[in-house]
Amino acid sequence: MLPTLGAYEVSLIVIVSVNVMLALSLNIITGLCGQVSLGHAAFFGVGAYAAAVLGNLGVPFLVVLPLAGLVGCLLGLLVGLASLRVRADFLAITTMGVGFVFVGFVRKQNWLGAEMGLSNIPDHGLGDAGFVGVCLALVVAIALLSAYIKRSWLGFGFATVADDEDTSRTLGIDVAAYKLTAFVVGTFLAGVAGATYAYFTRFLIPGAFGFGVSISILAMVIVGGVGSIWGVIVAAVALTLLPEFIRVVNDYKIFIYGVLLVLTMRLSPGGLAGLVGQLSASRAEMPPRSAGAQP
Amino acid sequence: MNVLTLEAISVRFGGIAALTSVGMTLKQGELLGLIGPNGAGKTTLLRTVIGVVRPTQGRVVLRGDDVTPLSVDMRARRGIALTHQIVKPFRSMTVLDNVVFAAGHAKTGNVLRALGTRSRSEETQRARQLLELVGIDRYADANPNALPLGALKRLEVARALATDPKILLLDEPLAGLNHIEAERLADTFVRLNADGVTMVLIEHNLGQVARICPRVVVLDNGKKIGEGATRDMLSDPAVVAAYIGKEVAHA
Repeated sequence: MLPTLGAYEVSLIVIVSVNVMLALSLNIITGLCGQVSLGHAAFFGVGAYAAAVLGNLGVPFLVVLPLAGLVGCLLGLLVGLASLRVRADFLAITTMGVGFVFVGFVRKQNWLGAEMGLSNIPDHGLGDAGFVGVCLALVVAIALLSAYIKRSWLGFGFATVADDEDTSRTLGIDVAAYKLTAFVVGTFLAGVAGATYAYFTRFLIPGAFGFGVSISILAMVIVGGVGSIWGVIVAAVALTLLPEFIRVVNDYKIFIYGVLLVLTMRLSPGGLAGLVGQLSASRAEMPPRSAGAQP
Repeated sequence: MNVLTLEAISVRFGGIAALTSVGMTLKQGELLGLIGPNGAGKTTLLRTVIGVVRPTQGRVVLRGDDVTPLSVDMRARRGIALTHQIVKPFRSMTVLDNVVFAAGHAKTGNVLRALGTRSRSEETQRARQLLELVGIDRYADANPNALPLGALKRLEVARALATDPKILLLDEPLAGLNHIEAERLADTFVRLNADGVTMVLIEHNLGQVARICPRVVVLDNGKKIGEGATRDMLSDPAVVAAYIGKEVAHA
């Protein structure tokens, strides 16, 4: 028999699920395809607001989920088109700008609640257990999709685009198509995460999709290990739960995220996954100890 | 039959003319040498053929089709492959995966097809054969960062061959190799050419060019100054003055 979940446990599971979805979605763009995005919260927000509007129009929750994803990936397609024109560091600035534009736009739109926020988002109608089930199913589905993409020839192509675009082209890779695909898939999933978040909180304010959120998502990807699916999941879970369980971490959340980013870049650029890989490799290289070995 | 025709190719970088009205043809099954002193425009010409450099004038015609407006990847998918003068392996993957990826060109040419396929067994088998062909199969599982330059040059060749090219453009593949390595790799080109691969070889090692290329095109200062049988060209006074003469003068 399943244990009954309290409101706190439900909220923890949902927020962890949303963050894992967001981190995995950014991992497709940044981790697998090498396109740095500092504005991922914008796609999350577009999905959330689209879900709120569609929900208020009477569209059922399970239909809203893919529709919100589509709205998210429409914006993703536009930003992806911009990515074709700019190199990595300029893309980071461009996506950061998109994040600010999104928040600035929503703040001035009365039909989206402006500064006061958008409330009256309808209930999903699934009950707590049903909603948690949907969240966990989405996490599993997105993790499996990420793993599939990584092992497919598309993921192989992403890896070469991330490594060296020009050389990929000379091997027949349509770099533009690969980048756009990464943006479309990643931002679709961010839109779905946004819809999940909107139906959970049932109240949206622009500040929930600001620059700090984009950096938090990026921190989960980098600390977990860019491109590593299990590493990103572990980092997303840990970085979401730590502030919940350790008060001082919550008080200094952005500070600690910043320190973790710097330490990861300095000590293990491959993140958690890279660290584990190095440790396994060094263990494999160690000669086995024989019983009679002299010190 | 001409597989490649360059019609009056001119390239300008700002105010500098890198190539001026260069024309040449490449026949099916040919191993053509492209020689000339440093700065002659040889690399620019090959980069114009693959599409990295856009000509300000002229046309690149592949098997009768004008491919000048096509992008680099489209030309690569039509069968033009390039090995880089400065080696450019994918450093995030093993030597074997570098070649496996290139061997999967039929799957990676379209993103939907790429998404729908996972099996790499055929490509892995082909990649191992190519690594063996160029003599670096012992490095298959190594990261390119761990390889000596000679092996990286061979990796460039194996990766280009994996795309099943109609034309293989080799940009100084022997540079930086010792005499034995250079001779061995040059022999590999002869074997590949005998198997039907059409090639253009840029090389400063004129001894190897004379040994393996029956015909050469000579560039100097962005202009074609000669074309013909290699033995004849290497003793042509204009070529000697432009190329060998300059080196002798500097020696």
